[in-house]
Amino acid sequence: MEKSNLNRRAFILRLIKAGGVIAGAGAAGFLFYDPNGPPRPGQEMAGVYLPDFSLPEQKGKMAVAHGSDREKTLRAALDAIGGMKAFVQKGDRVVLKVNAAFASPAAISATTHPDLVSAAVRVCFEAGAASVIVTDNPINDPASCFSLTGIGPAARASGAEVMLPREDLFRPVTVPGAKLIVNQPLLYGPFSSANKLIGLAPIKDHHRSGASMTMKNWYGLLGGRRNIFHQDIHTIITELAQMATPTLVILDGTVTMMKNGPTGGSLSDLKPTQTMIVSTDPVAADAFGATLLERELSELPHIGRAEAAGVGTADYRSLSPEILTNIS
Amino acid sequence: MKITTVRRISQTFFLLLFFWFCFVMTLGERWYQLRGWPVNWFLQLDPLAALGTLITTGTLFRGMVWAVVTIALTAILGRFFCGWLCPFGTLHQLIGYLAHRKEKSLARAAVNQPHRAQRIKYYILIAMLAGAALHLLPFADSASLQTGLLDPIPLLYRSVNLMLLPFADGTGLPVSPMPRFYEGAFLIGAIFLAALFANLWIPRFYCRFVCPLGALFGLISRYSLFRVGQREGAKCTKCHICEKNCEGACAPGDTIRIHECVLCMNCLHTCSQARMTYSTAPSAQGEIRSPDLSRRGFLISAAAAGAAIPSMRLSGALAANWNPNLIRPPGALAEADFLHRCIKCGQCMRICPTNIIHPAGFEAGWEGIWTPILNFRIGTSGCQKNCIACGNICPTAAIRPITIEERLGTGAFAERGPLKTGMAFVDRGRCLPWAMNRPCIVCQENCPVSPKAIVTDTVYALLHEMEIIEADGNRLELKGKLEPGQAATGDYFCTIRGRGIGKEGESEGERGNGQHGAEEEGSGRIRITANTESRLTLERKWDYSPSPRETAQIRIRLQRPVIAVDRCIGCGVCEHECPVRGLRAVRVTAENESRNEAHLMLL
Repeated sequence: MEKSNLNRRAFILRLIKAGGVIAGAGAAGFLFYDPNGPPRPGQEMAGVYLPDFSLPEQKGKMAVAHGSDREKTLRAALDAIGGMKAFVQKGDRVVLKVNAAFASPAAISATTHPDLVSAAVRVCFEAGAASVIVTDNPINDPASCFSLTGIGPAARASGAEVMLPREDLFRPVTVPGAKLIVNQPLLYGPFSSANKLIGLAPIKDHHRSGASMTMKNWYGLLGGRRNIFHQDIHTIITELAQMATPTLVILDGTVTMMKNGPTGGSLSDLKPTQTMIVSTDPVAADAFGATLLERELSELPHIGRAEAAGVGTADYRSLSPEILTNIS
Repeated sequence: MKITTVRRISQTFFLLLFFWFCFVMTLGERWYQLRGWPVNWFLQLDPLAALGTLITTGTLFRGMVWAVVTIALTAILGRFFCGWLCPFGTLHQLIGYLAHRKEKSLARAAVNQPHRAQRIKYYILIAMLAGAALHLLPFADSASLQTGLLDPIPLLYRSVNLMLLPFADGTGLPVSPMPRFYEGAFLIGAIFLAALFANLWIPRFYCRFVCPLGALFGLISRYSLFRVGQREGAKCTKCHICEKNCEGACAPGDTIRIHECVLCMNCLHTCSQARMTYSTAPSAQGEIRSPDLSRRGFLISAAAAGAAIPSMRLSGALAANWNPNLIRPPGALAEADFLHRCIKCGQCMRICPTNIIHPAGFEAGWEGIWTPILNFRIGTSGCQKNCIACGNICPTAAIRPITIEERLGTGAFAERGPLKTGMAFVDRGRCLPWAMNRPCIVCQENCPVSPKAIVTDTVYALLHEMEIIEADGNRLELKGKLEPGQAATGDYFCTIRGRGIGKEGESEGERGNGQHGAEEEGSGRIRITANTESRLTLERKWDYSPSPRETAQIRIRLQRPVIAVDRCIGCGVCEHECPVRGLRAVRVTAENESRNEAHLMLL
C-alpha cells in the first residue's frame, strides 16, 4: 500500500514534468512559428538627416585674402565678413570637416594644412566655441592620415578633439530627392551634438571630377561603398553639397595642386597661389577656386549642377567678395 | 506481437520512407517525382534543427514546428525517435546487429556496457548550441549554426543526396537521367561510411558517442512519463542477458541510464524473470536520469565554441575579405543570416534541376562547409531563371522561398528588379573573339535575360594583306598563299586598303544591338564566298575597279561580347556554355549579388 502510494506520487511527478515539457514545447511552437520566412535582405535601419548648419542672415558672404601665412590670411578674410564671431557664438559646438584623405605629409598639400587647422580651431575658441571636433573619414588608414598630415597633432595642440571614424559612429543618411545618397552610411558621430559646421578644404586637381574643393570635401563624411559613386561623380558631389549645408567653408589656395591629384606626391605638382577664401556659399568658393586651378567652370559640371540645385551661386562676383591683397 | 517486432516494423517503415523521400526528390515527369511529397519531414521532426534555428533566428520556420510533436512524444515515451524512427539509427542498429550477432552473449553484454565516452555527445551538443547562441551575448555578434555537421538527419540526407544517389544517377535507374556530380562528395561519403563502419567495433557507435540529436533527446528523456526499468517483485539474477542486445548501452540490468535508453525494448523479452518493464513506475533498481556532466566540461565546450566561431570570423570572410567565388543560390540570405539557418542538409543540392548547387568546401570559410555554393562548370546549364526549387525546398529558409515574380522582378517586384546571384565578367584575354579573332558569342546566344545582358561589339579584324595581281569582276587574284576554303565560311570579308572600311579593328555600328545585319550597306567591304591559294571569290563586284598593286585586306567579322552590367543577373548560363572549357572566358562572381549590398559594384 505504502509502495503504491509512493509510485502514485512518482507517477504524478513524472506526469507534471512531462506535461511541462509538452507545454513548453507547444508554447515555443506557438510563439515562434513563422509561416513567412525571413524578409528579403535590404536596408532596414532608420536613417538620419544632417541638420542645416547655415545661418540665414549670413547668406552669400565671401572674402578672399592673398598672402602666404595661413593664419593671417584666414583672420583677414574672416574679419572682412564680420569676424568669426558672426558665425560661431559662445557655447557653440563646432565640427571642422578637414580633408585628411591621404597619409602624406602636409608639404604635399593633398590634405588640409595643419597650420590652417590650428588657426581655425583657435579662431573658433576665440569666438567662444565650447568645443571643436576635427573629423574626416579618410581614404587611407585614418590614424595614419591624421598623424602623418599633422592635422591630428595640430588640432589637439590647439584644444580641439579629433574624432576618427569608427564603425559605431556611422548612421544611414538619405538626402531628400537624391538619387545616390539613399540610406548611405554617414559619419554622424561628430554631429550628434554639434550646431556649427565648417569645411576646411585644399584646392586640388582631381582626375575624375576635375577639381576637389569644398563641396568634394564632403565625400569624406560618407562611409561604406562610397567609391561606387565615382561612376556618377558630378551627381554625388551635387548631392553631397545638398546634404551638408555648412555654417562656413574655408578654401585654402595658399598652395594649389595643379596636377596629379588628388594624391599629388611631388612638390612639382604644386603651385603657390597665395589665396585664402572664406565663404558661406560653397558653390561660390569653389567657383573662385577653379580660377586658381585654371579650370573653366564648363570643365567642372558639379559646380553648375550644385548651383542649379539651389546650393549657391557659381557667379562669385555677384557676392562682391572683398579681395584683400598682401596680407603678411 | 512482441514489442520488438513492432519496433522493427516501425524502423523499417521510417527507413524506407526516408529513402523514398530522397528517391523522389529528383526532377522528372514520373508519377512519383516531385509530387508534393513532404520530403523535408524528417528534418522538420528533428528538434535539434528546430532548436538551433530558434536560437539563431528566434523563429520556427513553417514545418520546423513538427519538432514540437517530437519533443512532446519524447516527453511521454522517452527516446522513441532514436530507437523507432531515426533512419540513421536504424542503419547503425542493423550493421551493429550483423557485425556482432555471432559473438557470445557475455561479450555482447560487455560491449554494451555504459562507457564514459558517451558523455562526449552532450559536450558536442553544448558546443553547437553555444555557437548558435553567441549573438545573444552583448559583446558578440557572430553566431553560427553548426548543428548540421553532426546532426544525424541532415547528415543522412546529405550523404544519401550527394553520395549514394549520384551512384544511381545517369545509369538508367529511375532517378536523375543525367549523371550528377558533387564537389567534395568524397568527404561527405567518407564520414558517412566511417560512422557506419564504427558499428563493427561498438554497436550504435555514432548514437552513443557522437550524436548531438541523441544527446538532446537524452536531456529531454529525464522528464519522460514512460521509462524502461525493473519492476518490483521479480528477482534480478544479475545475469546481464538483458544487456546482450542493449542498443543504448544504458545498463538496464543495473541502475538504468534513462538518458541513454533508446527504447529498443530488447531487454523486455530476454529477462528470464520477466523483470524488465516499460512503465510509469520508477525502476526497482533505481535510475540515473541525467548524464554525468561536469561543470568544467560544460564550460569548456561552450567556451570552445565561443572562441571558435569568432576566430573563424577573423578571416574577414563576412566583411571586406568576402570570397567573390562564393555564389549562393537565388534567394539566399545575406551571409551572416544565411549561416544562422543553413543546416547543410543538401536538399537544395539534390533538387537543383541543373546540378549546379554544390556543398562548399572552404569557399565559405570553416563555418560554411557543406553549405550550398553554385558551380557553373558542373551540371547541365546555369541557374535557370524560371526555377525557384532550392528556395522552396530549403527547410530553414536559409534560401528564402521566393516566387517567380520576385526572382524575375516582375509584378509587385518590378521596382526592385530581378534577384541577382552575381555578375558575369568577360575575360578578354581568353575570349575567342576578343583574344583570338575567332567568331563565337555562344554566351550572348544563351543569355536568358531579355533584353540580353550580353551585347556585342562588331568589328572586322584584319587578318591578311595581299597585293592584287588582277581584279576580274568579283574575283581577285592575289600575290600570296591562303589555305584553300579558309575564307569561305561567310565570316570573312575583303576590303581594299585605303578605300572603304579603314583601320584595323574599327568598331562598326551601334554597340549592343546584338543583331545581325547593319553590316554591308555602303561600305567597301564585300563578303568572301570562296578562295583558293591565291584567288578570292567575292559575293559581288566592287563599285570601282581595284587596280593591280593595290592591297587587298582579308578581314573577319567578329562580334565581341560585352556584359550589359545593369541587366546581368549572374545566372551563369554564359559561363556554363562558354567553349573555353577549362577556365571559362566568361565567369560569374558574387559582385552585385542582391543579398548583400556591400557587394554592390554599380550605382
